[in-house]
Amino acid sequence: MESDGSTFEREGDGMIPTTFNYFRPHSIEEALLLLRQGEAAKILAGGQSLIPMMKLRVAEPKTLIDLQGVPELAHVTWAGGHCTVGSLTSHATLAADADLRQKAGALWDAANGLGDPQVRNLGTIGGACAHADPSGDYPAVMLALDACFIVAGEKTREVAAAEFFKGTFETALGAGEILTKITFDAAPRSAYVKLEHAASHYALVGVAVVLVMSRDTIEDARIAITGLADVPFRASGVERSLRGVKGNNVAAIKSACAGAAAGQDVRGDIQASSAYRTAMADIVAARAVRVATDPR
Amino acid sequence: MARVEVEVNGTRHELEGVEPRLLLVHFLRERLGLTGTHIGCDTSSCGACTVLLDGKSVKSCTMFAVQADGRAVTTIEGLGSSAELHPMQEAFWAQHGLQCGFCTTGMIMSAVDLLRRIPNPSEGEIRAGLEGNLCRCTGYENIVAAVRAAAAALAAMETPKTIGELVEVGGR
Repeated sequence: MESDGSTFEREGDGMIPTTFNYFRPHSIEEALLLLRQGEAAKILAGGQSLIPMMKLRVAEPKTLIDLQGVPELAHVTWAGGHCTVGSLTSHATLAADADLRQKAGALWDAANGLGDPQVRNLGTIGGACAHADPSGDYPAVMLALDACFIVAGEKTREVAAAEFFKGTFETALGAGEILTKITFDAAPRSAYVKLEHAASHYALVGVAVVLVMSRDTIEDARIAITGLADVPFRASGVERSLRGVKGNNVAAIKSACAGAAAGQDVRGDIQASSAYRTAMADIVAARAVRVATDPR
Repeated sequence: MARVEVEVNGTRHELEGVEPRLLLVHFLRERLGLTGTHIGCDTSSCGACTVLLDGKSVKSCTMFAVQADGRAVTTIEGLGSSAELHPMQEAFWAQHGLQCGFCTTGMIMSAVDLLRRIPNPSEGEIRAGLEGNLCRCTGYENIVAAVRAAAAALAAMETPKTIGELVEVGGR
């Protein structure tokens, strides 16, 4: 059966976003050209953040460039202990990757706990990072992994995670740039744990931990926290306090994680007060460290 | 205006003059007349509009119809017929996995995707797998029972079929 589209005439119904031109390029070069030439152009990856924003007309792009025609952007590649994840890789792909669980448990945890199954099927790691929600899970994970963002534009450049997240919904990406890959080293002792908002699954507090251990002792730690401030931050005091702590010494881990949010202007909103988020940061950090001390 | 060529429930549709901002759910309901896919919250939360895109569950209110160009969509109408229900539909009926029924079609589509990923899920896996679907009647107990029953029914089939094969059969 071929429909002529005349069954239902109420065309206006449900057209909630403002109008835009849609393009589906077949290469990064073509996408970059469209991005430079298109009026108020925006990249569409999985659309799980952008489309809700367009429906609310918080975002009103005039040109939408859908990257699904560039499937080579979706991949997880390991070379030795170094991983490259294509920006178009879906959360569901990462969540189903048993190898990733062992080698970079923090990213696996975040991919599994993000949104819900339908959102994970469409949403992408690159889209989520470029969206830079202050309560998003990946920003903390990227910071703890010390990940590198590969950005295509007039020339390809690399941006360290610490330089990538600039503020609420703000990144280092320029107007004519596209995030193509994220790279990081294996982190077999890593975890991401969050205290989530029950309905949205966004992090009230999310803590990513990457540990370097010598036998059962923590030699070094990278701890990054999301949900508290405009951008994720490293809890450097906790990192210092964890050095030399035995992985099975729960009391010492708890004590090292005290004051995880020290020095931060912690957000308070309808979901959780500033004091609550601050208090929970210590607890969630300790839990994440304990998960990370064991091989996954 | 764009041209969209999409396979819906095994039937190829070629539609001209599709506005890029038309959401997939409105395309299905208003252009194709497939009203089995419901609109609940319209804010990507409730999952009533869940359909399968190339076999994977997605919220059709959070996707544009043009994004489905060249791809295959399965709606509740593609699962089974009144004469021969899909085992998941059968199980929701037998276990009374619904009260008002509004969330049911989305619930069933999500449950089908869940069994594709995990053929024999535990109760916890079922609840986690249906996290993207809300039942305002809070009929979750029987919904979970229905998914368990469907998994058992599929496992007990004489010629075991994957859930994907069944979707394809239903779609013809």
